[in-house]
Amino acid sequence: MSGELAIQVKEVGKLYRIGMKEDAEETLTQALLKAMLSPISNFRKYRSLYRFDDVENGNTGTDVLWALRDVSFEVKTGEVLGIVGRNGAGKSTLLKILSRITPPSRGQVEIHGRVSSLLEVGTGFHRELTGRDNIYLNGTILGMRKKEVDRKFDEIVEFSGVEKFLDTPVKRYSSGMSVRLAFSVAAHLEPEILVVDEVLAVGDAAFQKKCINKMQDVGKSGRTILFVSHNMPAIKMLCTRAILLNEGKLVSNGTPHDIVSTYMTSDIGVQPAREWRDQADAPGLDVARLRAIRFVSRSGNAIGHTDIRENFGIQMEYDVLTGGHILLPHLYIYDDEGLLLFGTLDQDPEWWRRPRPEGRYTSTVWIPGNYLQAGMIFVSCAVLSRSNDKSQFYEKQIIGLSILDNMGEGTARGDWGGQMLGAVRPALNWETKYNPSKA
Amino acid sequence: MIHEDVPVSVIKPPTGWEAIDFKELADYRDLLYFLVWRDIKVLYAQTILGFSWAILHPLVQIVIFSVIFGRIAKIPTDGIPYVLFSTVAIIPWTYMSEAMSNSSQRLVQDQNMLGKVYFPRIIYPLTPILAKLVDFAISLVILAIVMVYYRVAFTWNLLLLPGLVLMMICIPAGIGLWLSALAIRFRDVKFSMPFIVRMLIYSAPILYSASSIPDTYRFLYSINPIVGVIEGFRACLLGTPIPWLYIVPGIITAFLLLISGAMYFRRMERVFVDVI
Repeated sequence: MSGELAIQVKEVGKLYRIGMKEDAEETLTQALLKAMLSPISNFRKYRSLYRFDDVENGNTGTDVLWALRDVSFEVKTGEVLGIVGRNGAGKSTLLKILSRITPPSRGQVEIHGRVSSLLEVGTGFHRELTGRDNIYLNGTILGMRKKEVDRKFDEIVEFSGVEKFLDTPVKRYSSGMSVRLAFSVAAHLEPEILVVDEVLAVGDAAFQKKCINKMQDVGKSGRTILFVSHNMPAIKMLCTRAILLNEGKLVSNGTPHDIVSTYMTSDIGVQPAREWRDQADAPGLDVARLRAIRFVSRSGNAIGHTDIRENFGIQMEYDVLTGGHILLPHLYIYDDEGLLLFGTLDQDPEWWRRPRPEGRYTSTVWIPGNYLQAGMIFVSCAVLSRSNDKSQFYEKQIIGLSILDNMGEGTARGDWGGQMLGAVRPALNWETKYNPSKA
Repeated sequence: MIHEDVPVSVIKPPTGWEAIDFKELADYRDLLYFLVWRDIKVLYAQTILGFSWAILHPLVQIVIFSVIFGRIAKIPTDGIPYVLFSTVAIIPWTYMSEAMSNSSQRLVQDQNMLGKVYFPRIIYPLTPILAKLVDFAISLVILAIVMVYYRVAFTWNLLLLPGLVLMMICIPAGIGLWLSALAIRFRDVKFSMPFIVRMLIYSAPILYSASSIPDTYRFLYSINPIVGVIEGFRACLLGTPIPWLYIVPGIITAFLLLISGAMYFRRMERVFVDVI
């Protein structure tokens, strides 16, 4: 039974027309007007969103983007496949294709079994409905039959821990409760093949552990799982194999350990800076958008590596488009194993708890030298709008910095020439009192 | 444990026209049920008036139209009291206009779900078509009261009712399918819907009698399936002669509308997520 093919992906490609959306008629009036004046080019333009004959004939212009190109791999029954890659590598597109949300432009996928996709937690949840109602709604949206939900109802409730509030509208739940309920429904799916997109990054530590255990149970029961995540320890713990995607192509296919290493240490991993020149492409919502993020030296220059002794800054440039909101910029720092070292919240007294006027903000947080360990670190950045508790953007592990060790003076090494262990490497003050009489 | 004979499916780039996968729809019937149920429960859960809205909306229209067109303008209605005349038409019209409007916007409203989970897309425009039937059923109360008040006798024409209701459902279904597929690309559909609905009310004999239409235009008039439904409802409930002249072309148009809507929807479905 295991060892048989569950999924076969053959030369799958996905083409998007980009830059088109700016041009494309947004209103029917514009479309009608243009249609009267230039019917042929209009018709072609509309079709070009989903017809790519020009690409067949060799158009490799900048108005098309291959989100995936020539991706081929196999997944055997019972395998837990990790899908790793930086933002924009094509992971979500691949999952969407496997979930039938969007069709491939090229190639094909052969699937043996029923696929259930978890690309989001709580899809279809409605605030006005009770927990009980939402279990049925969410369950059927995820593909269960009513009978199946009936059968598993008690288990779902127990796993989520919201028994007391089952018949209260979900709008009264705390955010933690809704998340647990939503995840609980999803955790009880029994498809032959499960496709999961980073949804484990929810809930508190205790709940996360519960979820990971549940996923392990699902994995052990012989089900096939495809798992996209930026959580490297989770990938190493849960997956039996992994693939690395970069810019739409499958770059590597191997053991989770190897793939994680490759991802973390090569520059397929991450760049030291990211910039979005057009506001339309910049990540974010209506209140704030991220325009740039980079590492900077003490003198303010953008850097890709730093001496371990030196202070350096992490600089975020973001636009506030709608004034009047209190914002919470924050960052997470990870080591090259994917371990979260710490998070840091912008408490600059200048803007702390103050509604922000519109404009471009450049916020820099300074990391002291002789604090972090040598090696690569990765940064995730986010801005939360406090007034509506909405995450404006959350870019995961989007830039990376190389911290270079130094054998000379002024580091925490002292005279030690060997390997320095530890997640961090602070140079701390030691005090010693000496008493010659007591011996 | 996993069975040996698991379903095998192949995902490929879609080509040409694809028929509706009825088997798949049958698999998802529980979901359709819960989405319709969600519509119903949520809509009335938030209002003070609750289910009364299903009655209030058509009732207010009937009162206003009776006063303006019945009393003041004195539009001829073939001898039928205006209140009765308009009630019999407003009830199915309310269903059709609301189902049509909701159905055309559903895909756009739920675009988040569209991009995160797969189920047959046709369920999106179909859900309001079914959910609004509950409103329709409730508003039949008004109809019953008015008919009892005017002591309308039941005739064999009533047997037509199921068929007419079916035709009544096909119209917003077909229009909803067409407009959904357009609305996901063109925002105008949302803005033009109230306008379209306001114009459509004049295209059928809801406020005036069909006999007011001059003979030369009668054929053109009958192509509008709404005409067939409204005149059919009148004949069915009030016992007047059955207007096959309007009903037959109406059935054909409604059917074509539904089939073409479904085909266009299926054709455009593959692009929905990429053009949101």
